[in-house]
Amino acid sequence: MKQFLSFVKKEFLHILRDKRTLFILLGMPIVQIIIFGFALTNEVKNEGIAVLDLAKDQSSGELIRQMDASRYFELRAYLQNEQQIEKTFLKGQIKLAVVIPPGFDHQLRHTNKAQLQLIADASDPNLANTMVNYAGSIVQQFQSTIFPQQQAAYQIQTELRMLYNPQLKGAYNFVPGVMAMVLLLVCTMMTAITIVKEKESGTMEIMLVSPLVPFSITLAKAVPYLLLSIVNIISILLLSVYVLDVPIRGSVLLLIGMSILFTMVSLSLGLLISARSSSQQTAMFISLVGMFLPTVMFSGFMFPIENMPKPLQVISNIVPAKWYYIIVKSVMIKGVGFNAIWKEALILAGMCTFFLAMAIRNFKIRLA
Amino acid sequence: MPKEKAITAEMLTKRFGDFIAVNAISFEVDKGEIFGFLGANGAGKTTAMRMFCGLSLPSSGKATVAGLDIYKDNEAIKQRIGYMSQKFSLYEDLTVKENIRFYGGIYGKSDTYIKKETEILLHQLELEAQANTLVGALPLGWKQKLAFSVAIFHQPDIVFLDEPTGGVDPVTRREFWNMIYEAAAKGITVFVTTHYLDEAEYCDRVSIMVDGVIAALDTPAALKKQYHASGMDEVFQQLARGAKRQDN
Amino acid sequence: MNNSVIVQGVSKQYGSKKQPVVALSDISLDIATGELFGLIGPDGAGKTSLFRILTTLLLADKGSATVAGYDVVKEYKAVRKIVGYMPGKFSLYQDLTVEENLHFFATIFHASVADNYHLIKDIYEQIAPFKDRRAGKLSGGMKQKLALCCALIHEPKVLFLDEPTTGVDAVSRNEFWDMLQLLKKKGITIIVSTPYMDEASRCDRVALIQNGRILQVNTPEAIISGFTQPLYAVKAPGMLSLLKQLHNTPGVLAAYPFGEYHHAVMQPGVSLPFLGKDAEVKAVTPNIEDCFIQLMQHHA
Repeated sequence: MKQFLSFVKKEFLHILRDKRTLFILLGMPIVQIIIFGFALTNEVKNEGIAVLDLAKDQSSGELIRQMDASRYFELRAYLQNEQQIEKTFLKGQIKLAVVIPPGFDHQLRHTNKAQLQLIADASDPNLANTMVNYAGSIVQQFQSTIFPQQQAAYQIQTELRMLYNPQLKGAYNFVPGVMAMVLLLVCTMMTAITIVKEKESGTMEIMLVSPLVPFSITLAKAVPYLLLSIVNIISILLLSVYVLDVPIRGSVLLLIGMSILFTMVSLSLGLLISARSSSQQTAMFISLVGMFLPTVMFSGFMFPIENMPKPLQVISNIVPAKWYYIIVKSVMIKGVGFNAIWKEALILAGMCTFFLAMAIRNFKIRLA
Repeated sequence: MPKEKAITAEMLTKRFGDFIAVNAISFEVDKGEIFGFLGANGAGKTTAMRMFCGLSLPSSGKATVAGLDIYKDNEAIKQRIGYMSQKFSLYEDLTVKENIRFYGGIYGKSDTYIKKETEILLHQLELEAQANTLVGALPLGWKQKLAFSVAIFHQPDIVFLDEPTGGVDPVTRREFWNMIYEAAAKGITVFVTTHYLDEAEYCDRVSIMVDGVIAALDTPAALKKQYHASGMDEVFQQLARGAKRQDN
Repeated sequence: MNNSVIVQGVSKQYGSKKQPVVALSDISLDIATGELFGLIGPDGAGKTSLFRILTTLLLADKGSATVAGYDVVKEYKAVRKIVGYMPGKFSLYQDLTVEENLHFFATIFHASVADNYHLIKDIYEQIAPFKDRRAGKLSGGMKQKLALCCALIHEPKVLFLDEPTTGVDAVSRNEFWDMLQLLKKKGITIIVSTPYMDEASRCDRVALIQNGRILQVNTPEAIISGFTQPLYAVKAPGMLSLLKQLHNTPGVLAAYPFGEYHHAVMQPGVSLPFLGKDAEVKAVTPNIEDCFIQLMQHHA
């Protein structure tokens, strides 16, 4: 045990002395969260809209007020006729125009069937789609404010993710994805590299000739990165909650526990890679191409898996990050408990056992 | 003008911060001479050699290599010198012929020159049968001999050899020195470092660096006489034992 | 246990079946407990392969070996507890300090620096002033001393030093051998490999090794006395032409440069003819290098 601890201590010294790498490891999740959370999000904020209010009644006035008050839209122009709509679009001032037909209030109150026209600038189809959705939800909200007890007749088609993410916030998708990526990068790549580094520098030769059991060498290598990952998990969660306003609906402990499980999968993958590669380049290359890209592609946070061709959907099942992504989304955003995610957790535990067994099998007690 | 000089150094100095790696060394190497450049680890040999090869600029002092100033003409110097070290010599994953072609190419030699000289070289080294063998598969001694031939393939004025015979067996070591003699006979100046002190005897003149300065410089015979030693090993031991610093 | 290391018929090949590279072929050796044994030969002779087999890092294709009575394959765990090993390349942690390296290596061998300090005292005192310096920042000579301390700190029964003096200047090499003599007095079996022939005289016994074969095993003195032909050192102005002249002289078995002289090996009973009035000729005792050259030619 003393042997093992002294090895762990040595690993910490390596990490602490290499300030640049440490800085990257701890800073990376923060930078990624900020980049993904703000810069890359397709979130809509204060987009310019114009209104052509042909009704000019109480309801139309209230709806316009609500739209302007929302954080998504800002009323830039109050139009007088239909010809002005296109002109305003062309000036680039607005992205969406709302046309309220005459008799809006009357129709709404007496026939329950009011009509409303939304014209969006579809040069950016994603943005247009999102804006239409937002506008739709504002209209729905508006309806429920005037008829609190009545079933709203005005049905709005929403995307599935709207179900748990009514504000359609991009960060909801990115946070679990970034967690998966960061943990994978820190654990898999760094563990793989640090073991191979000892092979390259020749120190592994002395380690092998010592009474140290190979397994404890690898395990001792993994410990510091496990701790580092926990720091990263916590900093990501803190950033998500306090900076990106993404709440943790489920149990924080469950979330951290599951993250540690995923960390262990990543570590055992790292150990496996290190056992198979003889140079740092190889280890890095396998980690990046073999782990990082599939994670980005198949975990579901960049590209929805449901939209992929069947064979790719099947492949996505062997990517650990996919299951972790499902778990994080379920616990963090849906707020479910363990009984809803035990299947995914079991899959991860199985993968961990498998990779670890493979790593031990492949660990060479001698030089090749 | 008496003898043509291959290398001249005058108060040549290299500082790294407070550390004076090479401290105002002055000496001259004649054209066609085999010059042994000895010294303990850390005495400043490698630093001095790098300055002559145009890889590092001196802090002060003057020096010329092949008549060219090492401050102004360090790119031109590179055309006129050959370099071989024990650590890096040839590409192991290229064949013998490909290596020769490559080095001929980077020195801008014409295809006909390369073709003609390659045949002569392979014949001299008795490597004709191995022309298309990967260099990695050759025994070490052959590699070192080939590396030397490649270093003088472009007919440089001066060839710098950094511990060229390290780890080579005694027979091949002697064959290697034979090649050095032949190169010197063709007028190529040979500037060589070694840890084998019996090889110092093969040099026309030897300098011994201690702590950044040249502690002794003369023919091996004169040095042995001066230090009342029976071999260069003893001369070296006497001079280097007083060294203060050790480095790599 | 009289023999510390026993090697029997060990062979090792690398590379593919089609193009095998023979590293060791049928090596047998007995090294006595407490012996300072030298494995002398050029790079590529197979020294490192043999060391790796004996330190359990590599499996031999054929043959067997024991270290301190333990089989290097079946009882590799026991072997790993009792050997000290210093690989050819500097293999300490460059980003740890001198002291951290030493303590780390002690702990992984279940030893403590305090218990075994007597073993390394003479060597460690020389680097102790730099104990807080990172190993990567040490000079070549000091790195070598630290590596030796780290290999010794668990009080190994057998110490394997793979080319500890390669690339080291003559003065430092001498000092290193002095340190080994001191260690030998403490009863540790030491096996050293080196490409420098002149270091043979510092060993109790040496094995001369070339192309994976052992040319000879004996004490340096016995190897030299096995060189029975008369040997002359010859010097004359114009050494290159002198060498050619010697090659063409009848009765000269071999002639090669040797420092400031050429060495000429004569057929027994034939004396060296007159080589010119400027030539200096003297009979000399061969050294290990002469023997190695001769053995190489016999085996070629």
